[in-house]
Amino acid sequence: MSNMNTQPDNDPPLVMGTYEFASRLFVGTGKYASFEEMQAALLLSGTDCVTVAVRRVNLDPKAGPSIFDFIDRERYTILPNTAGCFDAPSAVRTAQLSREILDTNLVKLEVLGDKRTLLPDPVGTLEATRELVADGFDVMVYTSDDARQCVALQEAGAMAVMPAGSPIGSGQGILNPNAIRIILELLSVPVIVDAGVGTASDVAIAMELGVEGVLLNTAIASAQKPLRMAAAMRDACSAGRNAFLAGRIPKKLYATASSPTAGLIQPSAPQTKAGVLGKHA
Amino acid sequence: MKIKLNGYQREVPAGASIADLIAELDLAPEQVAVERNRMLVKRAQHGHTELVDGDTLEIVSLVGGG
Repeated sequence: MSNMNTQPDNDPPLVMGTYEFASRLFVGTGKYASFEEMQAALLLSGTDCVTVAVRRVNLDPKAGPSIFDFIDRERYTILPNTAGCFDAPSAVRTAQLSREILDTNLVKLEVLGDKRTLLPDPVGTLEATRELVADGFDVMVYTSDDARQCVALQEAGAMAVMPAGSPIGSGQGILNPNAIRIILELLSVPVIVDAGVGTASDVAIAMELGVEGVLLNTAIASAQKPLRMAAAMRDACSAGRNAFLAGRIPKKLYATASSPTAGLIQPSAPQTKAGVLGKHA
Repeated sequence: MKIKLNGYQREVPAGASIADLIAELDLAPEQVAVERNRMLVKRAQHGHTELVDGDTLEIVSLVGGG
């Protein structure tokens, strides 16, 4: 027993194309109270990869510091998104603009259906995926948890497929874990849950299902204490991943004693068979 | 001459290039990307691309997002 390895096995990094991420948490940079808070939260989350959005420049001469001053590109891979695009051509243009700024082929593709639900437009998403892949982009694509849509996106060349747990920013967690399990069975590219995470247990649940990573923003940025939540998310991602790799016990209807059944002292009270074995003895 | 920049009309001097405009706006060239009439104009071309009357420009940068 003394030479038994008591360290959990290391988890190899998440590898996608030419990208390698030690942390399986992907964190957004939106909705923070300040750039300083954002910077601290990203650090506490342990993430290697942060998302950003593409928007018209602020031409106000009194415009404050830019996000560039708060994200260390030596530390973080920046993943630009196409958030706010409701048609494939806009998403493609947005990706091309972000590639021009960052000199990266990496893009988080979103083509949304409507402003209220922010659910993805499945047709536009597929069209944009094809076009961006043909243009040399490494596409991580936001999608619903429809397994056949996920397969179509993989076949269209997406580098990673990112089904939502629940609507963006809704905090409802993984509403349909069985859908995620089916997606994991059908796909060979990395599956990353993106959207809907509300708290730490949602991340742990996703990782325990076996996804390669989780992308979240609102759950940290809009938490009452974002820095504490960032740390919680880091722990949850690690806990969920280790639990998945450890292989959980199955769920059983009846009990299996944890203590030995042999060697019991003589019980004080007379034991009826029904009392010991239950009503069907 | 008149161009449209990020949804607003703007007066620019005749012969101005995209690079001139970026400098005029006091923007960091490496932090922005430019679309002219729905076509991406790469940074290396900014100095060579002269604006014309009626051009529609989008100048974008990165912001926080999920």
